[in-house]
Amino acid sequence: MATEFAFPDAGAKTAAAAPEFQTEKMSLSMGPSHPSTHGVLRLQLELDGEVVTKCEPIIGYLHRGDEKIAENMTYNQFVPYTDRLDYLAPLANNVAYAIAVERLAKLEVPERCQAIRVVSCELARISSHLLGLGAYGIDVGAWSVFLYSFTEREKLYKLFEELTGARFTTSYTRIGGVARDVPEGWTDRVNAFCDQFLPILDEILALLTRNKIFMDRTVGVGVISREDAIAYGLTGPNLRGSGVGLDLRKDRPYSGYERYQFDVPVGTTGDCYDRYLVRGEEMKQSVRIVKQVLANFPKGPWQATDARRIVSPSKDKVLTSMEELIQNFMLVTEGPQMPAGEVYFEAENPKGALGFYVVSRGGGVPWRLKIRAPSFCNLSILPKLCAGTMVSDVVSILGSLDFVMGECDR
Amino acid sequence: MAVIPVERKPLTLAERTYIPQIVHGLKTTFRHLVAPNVTLEYPEQRPEIPGGYRGVPTLVRDPNGREKCVSCQLCEFVCPPKAIRITPGEIAADSAQAHVERAPQAFDIDMLRCIYCGLCQEVCPEEAIWLQTQYSMTGYTREEMVNHKDRLYELGGTLPDAHLKWDKKKAAEDAAAHGGHH
Repeated sequence: MATEFAFPDAGAKTAAAAPEFQTEKMSLSMGPSHPSTHGVLRLQLELDGEVVTKCEPIIGYLHRGDEKIAENMTYNQFVPYTDRLDYLAPLANNVAYAIAVERLAKLEVPERCQAIRVVSCELARISSHLLGLGAYGIDVGAWSVFLYSFTEREKLYKLFEELTGARFTTSYTRIGGVARDVPEGWTDRVNAFCDQFLPILDEILALLTRNKIFMDRTVGVGVISREDAIAYGLTGPNLRGSGVGLDLRKDRPYSGYERYQFDVPVGTTGDCYDRYLVRGEEMKQSVRIVKQVLANFPKGPWQATDARRIVSPSKDKVLTSMEELIQNFMLVTEGPQMPAGEVYFEAENPKGALGFYVVSRGGGVPWRLKIRAPSFCNLSILPKLCAGTMVSDVVSILGSLDFVMGECDR
Repeated sequence: MAVIPVERKPLTLAERTYIPQIVHGLKTTFRHLVAPNVTLEYPEQRPEIPGGYRGVPTLVRDPNGREKCVSCQLCEFVCPPKAIRITPGEIAADSAQAHVERAPQAFDIDMLRCIYCGLCQEVCPEEAIWLQTQYSMTGYTREEMVNHKDRLYELGGTLPDAHLKWDKKKAAEDAAAHGGHH
């Protein structure tokens, strides 16, 4: 399955420079439990001294069979499982999944719901990039970045907790809406977070951006050309780091993204440093989007109102009226009723394009649900990228790709 | 308002000496040294739990002390990890709550399976199951981590009830029966 990319020069170079030191190739298993493989990725490396001659990613250590699980439960019951795909941005997964199923049902959600979803997506993006940034700092030897970025993440977790009831496993969206409205005063607290966040972000980024040690570890390392990035199906910051300005929020807007002004940062050389810069700038753009949404936060319902076969009735009605009580039972036991058909929807998640391909034969349970995980596709370039680099550069490259095994293995 | 290339400049001579970085690093460190603490001394200090938090699922009673669960088993059905097991039971005809007809004989939530998603609370047509503020559960055995009915009511306590629908229903029936006598 894995394609081999033997770096032609690596062995020859050593042999030519110092024939007496030429050694046997060594096989090294990096991971599945290695701090810089961010989860349970395993790399089977073939080394010539310190130079990697072959790199084969071995995945599947976190496989849970989410796609098969989805076939055995109603659409709403699967929402908690989407938390566990890219578990660094569960809210964004929730939203992508809900929109995919809503496209299948051709269901429009109210503006307030769209706005809530955009805010949660962008906050999730900030949270995910902060982790990517902090973890990358540790990977290349800068500890304090991690501490400061996690302090900010903690503030975001507090906001998520208020919004959804959980810090991590948010399970926030439902088909046709969200689980509950934003709590009193929440938008003000998000605004306050955004205001204090930008100077702190600048301070954190300043620890790395002009840092000679960090630049030595990242500039010119792991260069992905524009063509390769496209050919390997990279998406998200990894693609944009190579100079391709593809952002689904702009190119195929969903959930009302077309209403907001923001820039798409792209890199110029496609090395690790560019990917880092792109993530840093994306956080600033996310703050910009959040502030625009909050400045004009729509009022009104936060769930689709004319979808009795999809959206549950309000609790008050369930408690007082027999008809709504029966409707509640029907929706829970049979699931939100979808027409037969199929739909593919991709959302611009922090890690790249997260796609859901849903095939329905009608009823409340998907017949087949395929998840296109950005981390999985992004990792496919590893064999090519790692061949010919030093082992320490592998760590640098892995960190810059910012993958998460929860969605890669799913 | 479009695609913008990120700015990247080569290091200046001063930056190559690493001195500006050291200054910035020390400045950041000292600022955080004197800044207020951001950590909590858990478990002595506890985080503040916001309203609507999804903690350990519990069963609740209404202000009259009636157990609200009528063992319809909707939560058992919807629970994604299948953590809930309910054995439905009848309420004795001579009980003060006989008009409710049904209550669970046994109600077990396996906290080793529960994922705190809150779907049980969301679908409950009686507002009987609530995810409240408790978030930390420990035990030495698997059996200990299964919350049985008594424990669930102990954790849940009493919550206000805006509807008291069963009592209203009984009052309406009584009034109708009373009217019939005349």
